[in-house]
Formats: sequence, C-alpha cells, structure tokens
Amino acid sequence: MSKKKYSKKHEWVSIEGDIATVGITKHATELLGDIVFVEVPEAGKVVEKDGQTAVVESTKAASDVYSPISGEIIEGNKSIVDDPVSVNTDPEGASWFFKLKVKDISELDSLMSLADYEKFVAENPS
Amino acid sequence: MDVQKTALYNLHKSLGAKFVSFAGYEMPIQYKDGIVKEHISTRSYAGFFDVSHMGQLFLEGDDTLTEALEKIIPADLKLLKLNHSKYSFLLNDNGGIIDDLIITKTKEGFCIILNAACKENDVKEISKFLNKDHKNFINLDLSLIALQGPKAVEILEKLTPGVSNLKFMTGGNFNLDEENLYITRSGYTGEDGFEISIPNNKVEKLIEFLVEKKVKPIGLGARDTLRLEAGLCLYGHDLNEKTNPIEANLKWAIAKRRREEGGFNGWKKIKELIVNGSNKKRVGILPEGRIIARENTKVFSDQGEEIGLITSGTFAPSVNASVAMGYVDSKFSEIGTKIQLEVRGKKHVGKVSELPFFKKSYVK
Repeated sequence: MSKKKYSKKHEWVSIEGDIATVGITKHATELLGDIVFVEVPEAGKVVEKDGQTAVVESTKAASDVYSPISGEIIEGNKSIVDDPVSVNTDPEGASWFFKLKVKDISELDSLMSLADYEKFVAENPS
Repeated sequence: MDVQKTALYNLHKSLGAKFVSFAGYEMPIQYKDGIVKEHISTRSYAGFFDVSHMGQLFLEGDDTLTEALEKIIPADLKLLKLNHSKYSFLLNDNGGIIDDLIITKTKEGFCIILNAACKENDVKEISKFLNKDHKNFINLDLSLIALQGPKAVEILEKLTPGVSNLKFMTGGNFNLDEENLYITRSGYTGEDGFEISIPNNKVEKLIEFLVEKKVKPIGLGARDTLRLEAGLCLYGHDLNEKTNPIEANLKWAIAKRRREEGGFNGWKKIKELIVNGSNKKRVGILPEGRIIARENTKVFSDQGEEIGLITSGTFAPSVNASVAMGYVDSKFSEIGTKIQLEVRGKKHVGKVSELPFFKKSYVK
C-alpha cells in the first residue's frame, strides 16, 4: 500500500517501493487559482529535499514547486505541461508533477500525515 | 493610513470575493469562479467591475479652466464637445506620464477619471495650473461601476432606457429612483460597455439588478487579463513618469492641434521625439509556447543582445496563449521581429506582435 505525506509548502508525496510521486495539494491549487503554465524536471536530474524542482504559474503569479524528498527524477509529467488546467481539476490524482527514485526514505518522517496537514492548513489558510 | 473600502465591500464579500490590497483599498482580486471564467464571461456575456477606488475628479470653471488644463493634458479640450470623452494623460516637464486618464466635458467644466494610486498626486499636479475661481473636488459620494461585454447594452437599457443611443466615448445623465447617474459608453476591456457613476447609496441596487440579470462580478485579476488582451496600458507598469507618450506608442492620444501648437508640459521633448523617433517603443510580444513573460522579464534580440524589458505579461484566456507587452529598442520594434525572453535563467523564443491581441468591438 502506498503512503501519502504532505509538506508545509503544499506538496504531497506518495511512496511505492522506492519510487516517490510528487504533486501539489488541492489546497495549493485553490490558493493559486487558474493554472496556466507548468514546468517539470527532466529524467536524470538529482534533486535535494526542499530544493526547487518544478514551476507552476497561475494567472496571478509564478510559484516554485519543491521536492519534499531527495532523489533522482525518473519522470516529469508531460501531460500537465500540455494541459496545465488539469492541475486544477485533479491535483492529487492524474496531475502529479514528477516521480523520483528515493535516496533516503527516512526523510519522510519530517513530513505531515493527512490529518496533520489538514490541521496545518486550517491554522495557516493562506 | 487605514485601508479603504468601497461602498460595495460587503456585497463583494457576499459574492465570494477574495480581496487584495490595491492602491490603499481592499479590492476583489477574483470571486468564486476565478480569473479565467470571469474573463470569458465578460467576453461572452457581460461582467461588472467595481472601480470606485478610481478618482472621480470634478473641475468647474469657464474657458480659463480649459486653458489651464491644456497646460498639463495634451488633448484638444477646446474642441471637446459636451458629454464627449477622451483618453489622455497628465504630463510632466519632460513629457513623462504622471497618470493616464479619461477626461469628459461636463456642463460645469470637466470630469476626469484618475488611477487610484495616483489620484492624490494628480490633484496636486493639476492644481498647480488652476486659479482660485476654478473649483476641483474628488467626489467620494459616488461609486464607479464598469459594465462590460457584448450583452452590456441590452441589460443596462432595461434599467436606464436610452443608454443604447450612446456612442463610444460619449456619456449622458440618466435616472435611477430620482437619483442622477452619469453613464459613459466606455471601458478598459476591449468590449462594448459602460462606466456608471452612481451615488454610493444606490450602487447596491444597481449591482443587485445586474446580478439578477446573471452578470458576473469581475475582479482585478480578470480586469488585468482583459485589458492586456485589448493592448491597453496599466499605469505603474506599462506607463510611468519616465515613459513618454511617443515611446509608449500613444501618439494618437495627443491631439493634432496640440502636437503642432504645443503649450503643454513636455511639448519640446515630445515634438523632438515625433520628428526624430524615440529610442525605445512599446510593443506587443507573443512568447512561443506557453511560457509566461511577466513584468521585468528581459528581452533579447535574436542575436542575444539585450534590447528591452517586459512591463506586463500573462496568459490570455480569449487568445488562449501567453501574451506580453514591453519596451524594446526601436530597431527591433517591427511586427514579426524575432526576440528572446529570459525566464528563470533560460532564453525562450518569441516575436514582436500587433496590438491588440484581442480585437475590439466598440460601438462607434
């Protein structure tokens, strides 16, 4: 079964074996508004935990997407690059941002559970 | 200074507005639908905008008032007919733009609509040319509502019969419950529409009527994407005190008589620029693909030479493409010129484009 964790920067990460799938949360898309541009990393890129990894732009502004976990990118989701609006409709499903091979699974411990993330969002609405 | 609110603040809240601080006012940036839907509904049906933060400056006086205003505004105010409006600006000694504005001839003198962030300074600048017989006041008892879109005329005609007879950039007085409304056929979206100057105590009634007619509220976010598609400048971004009307490609807004006769701030400089051309020019820019070139994006020539800066850029919903405008070295201002845009350290291809990006449909 996959485990899903959340970061304070509103990314989610779901782990299966040593592969992590990363995206932005529904709450993040609500803060951003209409998403009109996405940039995802190429396979082979090595990313650090909390390092800037992707870009998401709404009609309002550009924002960085950070990787909640270190590793090597195995795939960027090209379908959201071609159809950025899909990030608004399915941010925690088909519209993931990138997959990576996890370097150190223990980094997950610093991330939040769904319950903790929901509490965090309630306390920090914007 | 306290943050100010327009008379519609509570109504905006009930309509699901998200607010931002803008020019000292709490203004809706968007409502529940979001910027793209608001934009599309304005272009396909109609939308209303609370622009009451803008200054409604009334000036009263005789011919000497017209002469005074012509010293800082390069429009032909002597020829401006009653209830006719012109887009123009306040100029400084260097020909730089202090603010851009719409000026309308009224029975008593003139009404000028000023940008919210500039209005206090504008009054100071204008006052330098006024004498004690000229009255001037920003009327805070009035709200200003823009109603824009292809259905605007049909809808407003039901509330204030006769507005459909107004031509673009003209206005007139209308009644709502014994109160006077001054309505002009104008706007800043590239759509047909109206700007309605209405007493604060009647503005909620107007909005309730519009909401009942299924007109959507539109926030500052979509106002920005709409005006940029229409190729219109946003003061403080595309225009400032250091840019002049010639490089801003706004020569058309300086009346022919005024260009020749002068007698306004910065005329010498502007005359010279008309003759010799300006070093840089405001142009439309179409980035290739979906990359968005926002304000302050550097522009390079095809050969990699730095040639300018983007002043506005966004995703344009009705064009379904990324669009921008900015200033480039005049040598590179020809339509179709290939350029490069530096976004997040990488160069992206684009080209100089015609303005507007979206074709207007004004009623002339």
